Amino acid sequence: MDRRMRNMFLVPYGMWLLLFVIVPILMIGYYSLFDIDGVLTLSNYKRFFSPIYFSMALRSFWYAALITAVCLLIAYPTAYLLTKTKHKQLWLLLIILPSWMNLLLKTYAFIGILGTYGPVNAFLKVIGVGAKQILFTDFSFIFVSVYIFIPFMILPIFSALEKLNPSLVEAAYDLGASPWVTFRRVIFPLTLGGVKSGVQAVFIPSLSLFMITRLIAGNRVITLGTAIEQHFLVTQDWGMGSALAIFLVIAMGLTMWFTEGGRRVR
Amino acid sequence: MGKNSNIAKIYLMFVFVVLYAPIVYLVYYSFNSGGTMYAFQEFTWEWYYEVLEDTRLFVILLNTVTIALLSAAISTVIGVVGAIALVNLRHRRIRNALLTLNNVMLVSPDVIIGASFLIFFAAIGIQLGFTSVLLAHIAFSVPIVVLMVLPKLQEMSPTLIDAARDLGASWWDVLARVVIPYITPGIMAGFFMALTYSLDDFAVTFFVTGAGFSTLSVEIYSMARRGISLTINALSTLMFLVTLLLVIGYYFISTRTSKQVRWGVRSR
Repeated sequence: MDRRMRNMFLVPYGMWLLLFVIVPILMIGYYSLFDIDGVLTLSNYKRFFSPIYFSMALRSFWYAALITAVCLLIAYPTAYLLTKTKHKQLWLLLIILPSWMNLLLKTYAFIGILGTYGPVNAFLKVIGVGAKQILFTDFSFIFVSVYIFIPFMILPIFSALEKLNPSLVEAAYDLGASPWVTFRRVIFPLTLGGVKSGVQAVFIPSLSLFMITRLIAGNRVITLGTAIEQHFLVTQDWGMGSALAIFLVIAMGLTMWFTEGGRRVR
Repeated sequence: MGKNSNIAKIYLMFVFVVLYAPIVYLVYYSFNSGGTMYAFQEFTWEWYYEVLEDTRLFVILLNTVTIALLSAAISTVIGVVGAIALVNLRHRRIRNALLTLNNVMLVSPDVIIGASFLIFFAAIGIQLGFTSVLLAHIAFSVPIVVLMVLPKLQEMSPTLIDAARDLGASWWDVLARVVIPYITPGIMAGFFMALTYSLDDFAVTFFVTGAGFSTLSVEIYSMARRGISLTINALSTLMFLVTLLLVIGYYFISTRTSKQVRWGVRSR
């Protein structure tokens, strides 16, 4: 391709990168330096390290870590067993299909399922535990989040397991390794890349999704995402919202850095 | 490899049941004449009629589809042009920098995209509504199109282009007659992904939309915040069917033309 044509092709894409990736992120940084009255100050950052905001951020990290861990614990065996089924591509498709359905509708379904008269409470009554308040608790938040994110954990682990050379596993057995040792020393290290991309795909959204906390957890659980939404759309304190967003971007960068090399294609 | 034991089968079945239970639950109660998501009374189409008769909902649906088709089409053009420019870049460092920026947009959480676009639109004075939502959807769909088209361009043998050039084709001919036909599966996949991204998006739209303009996701959110209404159930059944059709369409496009199926999974 000659140079003139190449430059012509680069223009719209470059413009898009500049206008919708670079400029908006710079603007968030700029806005974070102004308080609600428009005064140039670092007070938003100072506020972030005040007990209220800081403990909120820590709790948000804790919830995200918990959601990621639970996802991993359920997804790894699922992916492993999936690779051993007969029609694995079909099964994989069936696992992914629910993730294509609108996020809000799935969340909405849980308002009914976990509600006071929902099937979960009916079941608890039958086995004698009695009805419980499930909706608007930490448990419901974590459960629904795990439900939403689990396909994004299963998929990369599945692909990593598919790429694993089965003769390596056989070699481990031949050399006398127990199934557990084989898993810990051979299978898991070789599929770590998939695990890393799964962690990346779950951890970052867990920090930032705000509609699950609003619909399922009431206002009991506040994540970084909820706080950002609150500041931008409710209290109109864009400065503080931007400062929170900066920390979310930093958290995102760190997560990507720690899980580097894992992620290839979503 | 060995077959799964019974415990393994039960475990897999359990995961499947849990994954599909909410969807089945929604669909089941969409036929409940009782008006609640418990205590099924009688079978009724009432909620479906309500969805179909609701003109406001129809306008919102029209908005959603218009935004999705327009944003998918425009972002496909920008993405394809961008991908072609990227593979032809000689400087590896610049190319990697651009690809990193592309990925930043892909990985960014929705709240960040939404909040930063809100600031951006406010600063340059774009009124919140149709235009802002359309621009935002184009913006977050471009990287996925690039990601879908790039592998196709990279696997294309350069000898094809050399041959066309030797035979006297102009650059424009090479592009229109050789490159574009070759990467068409990638373009189609990118378009489909952009379409579903747009149809599904809630958070970004929620940030950049103004009074009087709403998409289906935003509407469902505000309906769900008001509590349970079986109209949402009926709507979700219809949407699930449309999603199924889209997935089947996407599946056919990607299997008919390439051996390797890459399932794009969305994280929004």
